[in-house]
Amino acid sequence: MIIKDVLCPFCGCLCDDLTVEVEDNKVIDVQHACKIGTSKIKGHDRIKAPMMRDDKNGEFREVSYDEAINESAKILANSKRPLLYGWASGVCEMMKKGVLLNEEVGGIIDNTASVCHGPSALGVQEKGLPTGTLGQFANRADLVVFWGCNPVQAHPRHMSRYSVFNKGFFAGKGRKSRKIVVFDVRKTDTAEMADEYVQVNPGEDYMVMSALRAIIADKADVVPDSVGGVPKEKLVELGEALKGAKFGIVYFGMGLTQSRGKYKNIDNAVSLITELNAHGKHSIIPMRGHYNVTGFGQVCAWETGFVNAVDMSRGIPYYNPGETCSNDLLMREEIDSAMVIAGDAGAHFPAQSIARMGKVPVIQVDPFHNPTTEMANIVIPTKVSGVELEGTAYRMDSVSLRMRKIVDVDFPSDEEVLDKIIAKVREIKGASS
Amino acid sequence: MNLNATFISGRTVNQGCNLENKTSQAYFDAAAYCEMNSKDASSLGIESGNNVKVTTDHGSVVVPMAICDGNPDGLVFIPMGPWANAVVDPDTKGCGMPGYKGISAVVEPTDEKAPTMPELMARLK
Repeated sequence: MIIKDVLCPFCGCLCDDLTVEVEDNKVIDVQHACKIGTSKIKGHDRIKAPMMRDDKNGEFREVSYDEAINESAKILANSKRPLLYGWASGVCEMMKKGVLLNEEVGGIIDNTASVCHGPSALGVQEKGLPTGTLGQFANRADLVVFWGCNPVQAHPRHMSRYSVFNKGFFAGKGRKSRKIVVFDVRKTDTAEMADEYVQVNPGEDYMVMSALRAIIADKADVVPDSVGGVPKEKLVELGEALKGAKFGIVYFGMGLTQSRGKYKNIDNAVSLITELNAHGKHSIIPMRGHYNVTGFGQVCAWETGFVNAVDMSRGIPYYNPGETCSNDLLMREEIDSAMVIAGDAGAHFPAQSIARMGKVPVIQVDPFHNPTTEMANIVIPTKVSGVELEGTAYRMDSVSLRMRKIVDVDFPSDEEVLDKIIAKVREIKGASS
Repeated sequence: MNLNATFISGRTVNQGCNLENKTSQAYFDAAAYCEMNSKDASSLGIESGNNVKVTTDHGSVVVPMAICDGNPDGLVFIPMGPWANAVVDPDTKGCGMPGYKGISAVVEPTDEKAPTMPELMARLK
């Protein structure tokens, strides 16, 4: 059976033009996807059944779903400061249940944005976000800037679908209609394809943006001979190119959010774009990683008022990144249990944070064995959303799309597992109050 | 001979392809290596595939070295994952985000073996 218009559940591009061939309920071919999307949809060895162990260094024993779910509920209900982390590789329907579970247990719910574009949210809260949709950028942009991001490696079809090679209504010649500029600390594969590569010293992007802002405001005289490793003449040239664009778009990534300045880099980038809007039309957008990390921000915001790091221990939502983000909580040793679902803290948190997770009970809800499994006491395998389960996801530009189910499996969905945990937590909490 | 370097981590296609395959050799190959340019590699007297030990204030890790001439002098890169995270800075500086990029590191040739994913995680529990 050939299934057309399948959406890819890997990165924030949410490519929606895949063709998947299924035979006997197995994916045998994936067309139009990038190498990563193909790998994801074809699938990998998965966890076969729920497992538990008391000692994190001991062997897991297979258990029933009921036993794993009841034990998870007991741990969460009896914890004073549970952390519910992950939520990016699932559909919005499960995220809603996650927010509810967090309310029931008075814990902290945090998603992978915490180690990705969390600082972007802070920057946006400071300055707003002059943005648009990938469709607008695809059709209109004549100047495309990639700042601290490397789509060739991280979002492989971005450049052909949305930003560089695609033809657009006002960019009829595709690649030739656009000037491509890459700011990065090293010459990435994306930089190799650009018209201009601007090598910035590590941690000095903020200064380069400030210099560009000065140049755009006709104050080039205050700019020193070199800023952040970039010669002044080059900065003046770039400032003119930015000012001269009809429609400029800045795509940015971890090169800004994870390096020195963090959210302040985003704050400054947004100011740069706002000021450029006095000259042409300019937009800026974060390159979101997981296919539905944007969706978690949406769901969490409409349920609690905040996009991540929401602490419900007071009975009302409290958000203070730097205090309520996962790594801060772990490093302060506040957490007394953790549930890691649809994300892999074990692989993507600093080792010192994970070592704190090594001291408390950890529940993992995930289809795959990964470094979090190594740290877990309870493992509950679920469906792969977007392959084995349909549901809603938000593309990196916050456009909501419906993920499709391609094959059937017997595993429960994340939502079903969460529903059962919530019911059990209510039972335990009800009995004790 | 040691190399004083600035460390960054980040995504790659192959690391992405194996995100749901982290117990495999393919994931090890995709995420357990340290890139530097040829000049830095020859200053250490090593060739692609030789192991290096990367040490920061936050930890150390042994991985094979790979050449990437896109890196400026003194910039080393390990793909995001548990090997990179053995040396990154957990301090979020009050904004929730640990320091995954721009960390001072010392890189030295070593005969030590690169740890597997379970071996790395076993250190943390």
